[in-house]
Amino acid sequence: MERKGRIFNIQRFSIHDGPGIRTIVFFKGCYMRCAWCCNPESQRYEIETLIEGGKEKTVGRDVTVADIMPEILADLPYYRRSGGGVTLSGGEVLAQADFAAELLRACKEAGLHTAIESSANAPYSDIEKLLPYLDLYLMDIKHMDSRKHEEYTGAKNERILENARLVAESGVELIIRTPVIPTFNDSDKDIKAIADFARSLKTVEEYHLLPYHRLGTDKYTGLGRVYALPEIEPPEKSRMQHLLSVAETSGLKCQIGG
Amino acid sequence: MENIKFVIEKSARIDKLVSTLYEKMPEIESARGILVTESYKATEHLPIIKRRSAAFAHILENLPIVIRDGELVVGSATVAPRGAQVFPEYSYEWLEAELDTVSTRAADPFYISEKTKADLRAIYPWWKGKTCSDLAKANMAPEAYAAFTEHNVFTPGNYFYNGIGHVCVQYDKVLRIGYRGIITEAKAAMDKLDFSDAEYVQRRNFLEAVIESCEAVIEYARRYSRLARELAGKETDYDRRRELETIAKNCARVPEFGATTFHEACQSFWFVQLLLQIESSGHSISPGRFDKYMYPYYKADMDKGAITKEQAQELLDCIWVKFNDINKVRDAVSADGFAGYGMFQNLIVGGQNEHGMDSTNDLSYMCLEAAMHVPLPQPSISIRVWNGSPEDLLIKAAALTRLGTGLPAYYNDEIIIPSIMARGLTLEDARDYCIIGCVEPQKGGKTDGWHDAAFFNMCRPLELAFSNGMDKGKKIGPETGDVALMSTFEEFYNAYKTQQSYMIKLLVNANNAIDSAHAMRCPLPFQSCMVDDCIGRGKSLQEGGAVYNFTGPQGFGIANNTDGLIAIKQLVFDEKKVTMAEMREALKANFGYGIQGAAAEKLTIEVAVELAKEGIDITPEAIKTIYKEITSASAISESDKARYKEIKRLIEETCPKYGNDIYEVDMFARDVANTYTKEVEKYKNVRGGIFQAGLYPVSANVPLGGTTGATPDGRLAYTPLADGIGPASGRDVKGPTATANSVAKLEQCVASNGTLLNQKFHPSALEGMKGLTKFVSLIRSYFDQKGMHVQFNVVTKETLLDAQANPEKYKTLVVRVAGYSALFTTLSKSLQDDIINRTEQGF
Repeated sequence: MERKGRIFNIQRFSIHDGPGIRTIVFFKGCYMRCAWCCNPESQRYEIETLIEGGKEKTVGRDVTVADIMPEILADLPYYRRSGGGVTLSGGEVLAQADFAAELLRACKEAGLHTAIESSANAPYSDIEKLLPYLDLYLMDIKHMDSRKHEEYTGAKNERILENARLVAESGVELIIRTPVIPTFNDSDKDIKAIADFARSLKTVEEYHLLPYHRLGTDKYTGLGRVYALPEIEPPEKSRMQHLLSVAETSGLKCQIGG
Repeated sequence: MENIKFVIEKSARIDKLVSTLYEKMPEIESARGILVTESYKATEHLPIIKRRSAAFAHILENLPIVIRDGELVVGSATVAPRGAQVFPEYSYEWLEAELDTVSTRAADPFYISEKTKADLRAIYPWWKGKTCSDLAKANMAPEAYAAFTEHNVFTPGNYFYNGIGHVCVQYDKVLRIGYRGIITEAKAAMDKLDFSDAEYVQRRNFLEAVIESCEAVIEYARRYSRLARELAGKETDYDRRRELETIAKNCARVPEFGATTFHEACQSFWFVQLLLQIESSGHSISPGRFDKYMYPYYKADMDKGAITKEQAQELLDCIWVKFNDINKVRDAVSADGFAGYGMFQNLIVGGQNEHGMDSTNDLSYMCLEAAMHVPLPQPSISIRVWNGSPEDLLIKAAALTRLGTGLPAYYNDEIIIPSIMARGLTLEDARDYCIIGCVEPQKGGKTDGWHDAAFFNMCRPLELAFSNGMDKGKKIGPETGDVALMSTFEEFYNAYKTQQSYMIKLLVNANNAIDSAHAMRCPLPFQSCMVDDCIGRGKSLQEGGAVYNFTGPQGFGIANNTDGLIAIKQLVFDEKKVTMAEMREALKANFGYGIQGAAAEKLTIEVAVELAKEGIDITPEAIKTIYKEITSASAISESDKARYKEIKRLIEETCPKYGNDIYEVDMFARDVANTYTKEVEKYKNVRGGIFQAGLYPVSANVPLGGTTGATPDGRLAYTPLADGIGPASGRDVKGPTATANSVAKLEQCVASNGTLLNQKFHPSALEGMKGLTKFVSLIRSYFDQKGMHVQFNVVTKETLLDAQANPEKYKTLVVRVAGYSALFTTLSKSLQDDIINRTEQGF
């Protein structure tokens, strides 16, 4: 029987998740529970019902690689012209590592540029399954303090940091990104620590700061859940500019946004 | 940092010119109307072509002239900024009827003084029965006239009421040899005439008319020269005095002789552009490949050090402002369709030259810069794209797109060149194409394209297939059978095609009738002397003098018909969930929904008038009752209503829609488009050319949708039809790449009169160099798949608010959310609010 993966969306014409014009495949199910998560429907592996605009919407479907390749390949002319390709996102791609590897392999065989957006919070053996077919790893590092990391995401960070080192050594292009969440990791010290860590990784050249936004809050209600950070305001533009200059002291090429 | 080429500081003069131009409401002036009438009265003994040149000369000799404050390039058709002259030789009844309302109407109002009204009322009686429009009507088969005026199947109204326009003349030739040179050519052609030639008289009259027109133009420019000198004498400001002296010098030299400086070239160009629009009321007088023919003058001055880039840019910007000084008054109905005082002067940059090499030069970039400096509707700026287009030119164009003016429009050399070669253009001519009006390709200086011949509403033949050829109680189409008795989808599809083919014949009849009328009543010697091979053949453009002759009527409604036909096939014939009789009744009943808004008011009046005719007493209460019945569909039983609504739901929720990159659906759309394009191209026009179809409605999909009943794609009666060759509004839900992939599957090459695709973006999608680069690759990818044209609506906060209130209209609107972009209407309310608020900060 063919292997199936559980996804909840395929989004074409994405222009902020890796180089060029891309198609994103969103995986369902995540190892972490970040308090600010803007895609709460991505967290549980179970197929769920989301109430959106008063209508019920089923989130999640099981597909084979062959099922979704035609839709991914439909935008081939755009990938070619723009240097784009496919990005697997989530949820956590590594939670379905075998399916992800199979999908990336099919994309590679079709000549596409491949990327994943992932927390790296998984056994390295799972990451290794993907590496042969992966061109770019967009990895989140949210905090250098493991205790604080656990408090806000439900997971410690040791394995993530170790995996970052290993991925960097594997030679796959790696970009480190940090969602900047006020009160959690928006101090100069926090950002400087992450940027310096990123700098210490072999092959890492770029570091991206992603400003916090509250854009997923309605979906919590739609899922019958409560948003944990209702009182936090998105960072000011000037604050982001300041943090950018802090990050730049690491010597990496830094930017705000993906 | 964004590295965009040719960012040049805007001269302070430009904003002043713009505010002078826009300080008042546009005004109608009577001078031209009076002058043309005087001349026509005095020339009844002359052949028509000579009457035309005599009238043109009389107008140019006496039309009031004006030099506006701060202008460097001069020449205005009216004393009032953005004013409009009138052209009673084409038609006048509509304006006569609207004299008292034209200043207060909603779309494109014009101020008109009591004096002007009196002037016009005095000249109009003379024109009764003598206009081009009168003759066009007389020429037309009554069936064709009815299909156009009573049944709204198509509208050739543009040329029925006005001049043709839609031409790109040999600006390069005027710049090079001036009208003195053209007079010399005309005289040489006269000398070569053969006394025994059967067409001797016609040719001689035409050439004499050309000479008279060119002399009048030279004299007209001299009037400006004298006026500039006079103003210079009175001017106290030293700099302005010097400028006026230069203007005086320029107008003494051009357009009589070839231009010797860039400034003279600009002035000469402008006279050509202006005078074409004084000779005739035709719009879409398109400058074409301006960057190409202006470049030698720019380069010579730059090489000599006679001009700086900033000075050259200032002159270009001055011309850009002038493009908006020309205006046209249309009837109230047309004004709705062309809202925004549209003049469609299309100017194109970039692309291949005759030899297949890229022709981009400094002016290509500077024209785009001018469009950024002068963010006004005119000119319609376009850009030609091919594999050899420099990336930085397209980046500059994308930066212009980002401003949100909807400019430029992008055209694909790689599809347009073979497309027009298939219509008989030589390879060299095809490579040198420009765009006329909205989206119509032609070889400038050799073509009479009649590009906007008519709008053909493809949804009306589909309605006629349901009614077996009946409309408003009359039989107007062939009998194609009772749809309730049809047993296969093919039978119904063929009925539609039969209705459509018959209506296309009527369309051809209407177009040819109008075409002949223009040749007989309004030939244009001045315009003709700048299009090959009129002088050689001794014939005006209107009589077939051009090398290439076409008639290009546009079809639209492809998306509605595709979705509707697929729904019929699926629900009636494949799944048998609905019978054909039910579908017919559901459409008649507007799916059980009442009729709303203006359409309901109109229908109420129609019904009341009918009842009154039958002798029924119409009280205010009776009118209320009728109105209520119409808006609430109360005459339909509740059970029928429920069934019709269910049919609409089945269509909307269970049938696939064009525009979502579904192969079978898109290929069917291609077939539907070809039912129009391949039928139209069978016919010949009266100038020795052929018909060629276009696929775009300009904005006629809205007014003509307003006269179209419910359609089987679930669209309610009297609402807009699909725009361009794009999907029906809100039905494409997979983003811009999927839409473009669907549209690219149409056989656009066959629609050689042009196609149109609109896409909507939020400015944030074009943010930074990365955004611009990705945007350019989106265009190139659509063109790789043989798309012909695309233009972008980059939306603002106001649009986002509207999108929030009316999500069904904006389903493909792309916005940048945070780290990713998404379709705006698929986002939650709070997310939308957040994006709207961020927009305000200009993120």
